Amino acid sequence: MWAVVATSLRVSVVAVAIAVLAGVPAGLYLGMRRSVVRNALLVLANAGMGLPPVVVGLVTAMALSRRGPLGSLDLLYTRPAMVIAQVIIAVPVVAAVTAAAAASVPFELRLQARSLGASQLHEAMLVLKEARMGLVAAVAAGFGAVISEVGAVMMVGGNLEGSTRVMTTAIVQYTRMGRYGPALALSAVLLALIVVVNTVLAQVQRSAERFERS
Amino acid sequence: MSAVLEATQIRKSYRRREVLDVERVALAPERTLALLGPSGAGKSTLLAILGLLERPDAGRIVLDGREVTAADRSARMQVAAAFQRPWLFKGTVGANVAYGLALRGVPASERRERVAEALARVGLAGWEERSALTLSGGEAQRVALARALAVRPRVLLLDEPLASLDPVVKWRLAREFAELLHEDGMAVLWVTHDQDEAAVVADEVAVMRDGRIVASGPADEVFLVPGDPWAAGFLGLEEPAAGVVAEVTDGVARVACEGADVFAVADVRPGERVRIGVRPEDVVLFEATADVPASSARNRLRCSVTALEHTGTTFRVVLACGGVRLAARVSKAAVRELSLAPGAQVLAVFKATAVRLARERSESEGASR
Repeated sequence: MWAVVATSLRVSVVAVAIAVLAGVPAGLYLGMRRSVVRNALLVLANAGMGLPPVVVGLVTAMALSRRGPLGSLDLLYTRPAMVIAQVIIAVPVVAAVTAAAAASVPFELRLQARSLGASQLHEAMLVLKEARMGLVAAVAAGFGAVISEVGAVMMVGGNLEGSTRVMTTAIVQYTRMGRYGPALALSAVLLALIVVVNTVLAQVQRSAERFERS
Repeated sequence: MSAVLEATQIRKSYRRREVLDVERVALAPERTLALLGPSGAGKSTLLAILGLLERPDAGRIVLDGREVTAADRSARMQVAAAFQRPWLFKGTVGANVAYGLALRGVPASERRERVAEALARVGLAGWEERSALTLSGGEAQRVALARALAVRPRVLLLDEPLASLDPVVKWRLAREFAELLHEDGMAVLWVTHDQDEAAVVADEVAVMRDGRIVASGPADEVFLVPGDPWAAGFLGLEEPAAGVVAEVTDGVARVACEGADVFAVADVRPGERVRIGVRPEDVVLFEATADVPASSARNRLRCSVTALEHTGTTFRVVLACGGVRLAARVSKAAVRELSLAPGAQVLAVFKATAVRLARERSESEGASR
């Protein structure tokens, strides 16, 4: 059972890390810019938050299948395939939540930074710092979206024991087999994990509260 | 004195509506120019353009003899600004004051010294470790000024820096800031809609209306003889009367105006055409028949009250003294005692030293827009 938990964590942490690397800069762009292109991309990011995991799983599986455009990589039913699917699910979530947090930073604050000599990159770094509470929320939302996701990882991972079986797919498997005990035990671990991760993130937020805008 | 920052032919429109059309504005070293005007006059837009924070549609900005634009970051490094709200960043007071220094690559040890120095200058020595977001309005504005001063800018732009403070803090800071700004060799632009604040801080004043500068010059001249009827009204003055210097005796000029003579201490010559300015605060009213004892107040004009305006704690009395129109500021008790009302006759008394004369400008010397 612990191997399944470890696989879940490994895949989700890698996926969230990649999603943060891609989603935070994208979210900053969406939150700081004002243009027609930005508006269209923001609609896409917001819509992407509701992306059905089974659709992501289907598209990823087709792309990675032997006849698909990425078939030569031979990744289907491997952990990297699960990471790819989870990144696709998490990036819009991280980007949209980051964008909302960045947009809430007053423009005048950016103007103030600019008036002291800030470049656009400095401005973005300032917004990141000012919106860090929202950034923590973005990470939490991204993690929540992938750790509890089942459809996509099942389709691209295949639920192979000792390799691509994760907590959610194992719970489905045990339930189908009528083994409610292990299914409930894994569910409890999954819930505990989500609580622990969110407690840590909440602690990060609290530690910054002394410097929060009232 | 050559200007540190000079902007000419500046134009800006938003959605096809022209909001700025300024022929020239210049900031000189060690001088504070107060940009005065009502809300919506374009003051903040002009400040943003001078601060290279916004691009004008047309015009030229020259900083230390070099034409610059908003894209020129090295030029932006020479300018610092503080706004009506202090807009402090999350973090400590020290981190806020150090922000501009870090952007300029100032080493950490020097940064600490300059932060301490800037905080000491605004009266907050030792406040480095406090959270910036738990300060009072006055304290936050001091930190904002320290943050701007720390980078030792050539040009300091202050956009209504005291507008959101309560009156007691506001006047204390106005006096302190004015003193501070004169210690440095910076050129300062101080935007405000409050003429009393401008009078405290400014060496020079430019009055804006509808995106244009309608009056400008040394503060004591603009506040007495603004050279524009609208600016005069905005500053609480009546339109300056015009007259001719009839004679000059021992430095005191007698100016013949329509229906009244006005005495002024001024460096003028007989025959010159001048305009006359007197601040309402300098005019004292008596009953028309009062026997006012001899004093240094040379001007005693019989006037009739044409209007009486309630302006908070005082009243503004508009007077017609022959062809000379004056305003006086009086208390409620004075209004009662003198039975002031439109049509009432009074004696207006003011010193020759309280009168400012401005030579009539020829057409080609018209005030800059």
